Amino acid sequence: MTHWLIAPILIPLLGGILQVLMGYAPISLRRTLALTTTVLMLASAIVLLVFASDGSYRIYAFGNWQPPFGIVLVLDRLAGLMLAITAILALLCHIYATGGADKGNRQFHALFLFQLMGLNIAFLTGDLFNLFVAFEVLLIASYGLLMHGGGTVRTIPGLHYVALNLVGSALFLIGVGMIYSVTGTLNMADLAVKVPQVSGSDLNLVKAGGMMLLVVFGLKAAVLPLCFWLPKAYASATAPVAALFAVMTKVGIYAIMRIYPLIFGDGAGELANLGMDWLFPIALITLSMGVIGALGADNLKTLVAWQVIISVGTLLAPIALGSVAGLSAALFYLVSTTWTVAGLFLVSELVASQRGTAADRIVTAPKMRHRTFLSVLFLIGAVSAAGIPPLSGFFGKLLILQSVEPGVEMAWLWGVLLTGSFLMLITYSRAGSIVFWWTVDGDQEAPEPINSRISIATVILTCLTVLIVVLAYPISDYTRATAEQLHDNRGYINILQTPMHVPPNSLGEEIH
Amino acid sequence: MELLFALVIGTLTASGIYLLLRARTFPVIMGLTLLSYGVNLFLFATGRLATGQQPVIGTAATYADPLPQALVLTAIVIGFAMTAFLVVLSLRSLADNQDDHVNGEGREMSASSKQEREVASK
Repeated sequence: MTHWLIAPILIPLLGGILQVLMGYAPISLRRTLALTTTVLMLASAIVLLVFASDGSYRIYAFGNWQPPFGIVLVLDRLAGLMLAITAILALLCHIYATGGADKGNRQFHALFLFQLMGLNIAFLTGDLFNLFVAFEVLLIASYGLLMHGGGTVRTIPGLHYVALNLVGSALFLIGVGMIYSVTGTLNMADLAVKVPQVSGSDLNLVKAGGMMLLVVFGLKAAVLPLCFWLPKAYASATAPVAALFAVMTKVGIYAIMRIYPLIFGDGAGELANLGMDWLFPIALITLSMGVIGALGADNLKTLVAWQVIISVGTLLAPIALGSVAGLSAALFYLVSTTWTVAGLFLVSELVASQRGTAADRIVTAPKMRHRTFLSVLFLIGAVSAAGIPPLSGFFGKLLILQSVEPGVEMAWLWGVLLTGSFLMLITYSRAGSIVFWWTVDGDQEAPEPINSRISIATVILTCLTVLIVVLAYPISDYTRATAEQLHDNRGYINILQTPMHVPPNSLGEEIH
Repeated sequence: MELLFALVIGTLTASGIYLLLRARTFPVIMGLTLLSYGVNLFLFATGRLATGQQPVIGTAATYADPLPQALVLTAIVIGFAMTAFLVVLSLRSLADNQDDHVNGEGREMSASSKQEREVASK
């Protein structure tokens, strides 16, 4: 049992508490401490990624209770990957936030760090109820972050977001309760053992519980009938917050990838592949809806928010089909799309800050300052998001297209995904040419200066897509191994057999 | 007892959902509160209903499951915090928009209740 597993949770927790206590300290000191916390968290995430890449499961049992009793943290390849994606994104968003966006609310850094803590708990936990708690931790922090900056534009989308998520939490509890009432356990590994043994009238209870959880995860991931809160909420949030929220929808996708192949996988008897035949058409409709929304967007941030929904649809389609190749492709695309979309949010904010009253609306305006710099960043982001060859979005989509076996599904997926990409290409070209090229005469009123932190964070986040292409081979290797690990749930179930008892005299040697 | 318990949960949830679908923030918050009461009772029942039983295995033939009670406690605390936040947020929305419509612009959009429509038509 290694104590490293708790590090990505403890570091932001302690850092966040420190921020709460230091609410009145000079802002430069608070920024330094907050950034140090995020850097430490990134370091711990990388350590865990290295641990996870050997393909074994590592567990951390609170209070040394033998699973399935007590709560366990489980580190596998998927958890390691999600931790690393989040930590890298968080550090860059945090650097951007220290460029000025963190002013106006003393608790910004505390909320930001608690949000990261919630995300990390969600990725590491091996317990269904603990997953609920993690969701609540990250949600309540996200409510605060969404309101950051204040103003009337944020209250109404915030109200919708909070109310919807409270309903989601209620459904989550009902689903968890239904599953618990039949299986008597909430440990995911134990559920993977017990759910296939369920029979008779209990089957319907577990089935209903499982479907309810799918609805909840669908709400977090913003799949079609449950996605209308997202564009308004994300478009009104401050840029670094919106960029961090790019990973929030991925938490829902993570939960689907974690729970459904494990508990309702191929080996689950009558409950095998529960809900997955629903998920596939829903994913495609979500994708189409996202494209339609993006075509109709009148400002850059809303456009990018719809891009979030498009990527959710693109990710869920191969996950629903459930092949190893599909899961692997989805994970590769997840890495790419999370960073790309987050980068686009930051670029949109920079564009808005340079255009005075025109802000990020897709209208003609006087020529902005730093036009070349910003348009190149937007171009990189848009090319990757639309999925045009040299950048990582293209490879992600290509892998997804390749992963489907010939048949009806292939026809649907290829048709929707390729048409969607083409329409997104048009959307981005139109938005880019209106915002950057079509200028009217006149001087730009009071553009805000861009400081070095903001530009460095934006450039790095946007250019990560190039890095993904350079490292495409090791990343796709890792995602393939992750998909294989997800597909074969015996390893996860073996957690239950891990000996927990540590003789007192050998305690020192056990802690590596 | 089971029937009574089920009816209580059902009534709470149904009233909660009805109120949740209203157009003003106050009924929505009341609805969410009722819904969370219903959910908490439901969670409580997932350990099976038992009266006068010990929550310890092995001391008697049957026992009361202690785990759902711990889950309910967690859910109550979380629900309480969330409701408090939502109350503050809706007060803020009321102050910002001079209106407690969930979309912030009730009158312009449509009168949400029958009574208001009647008042508006006069």
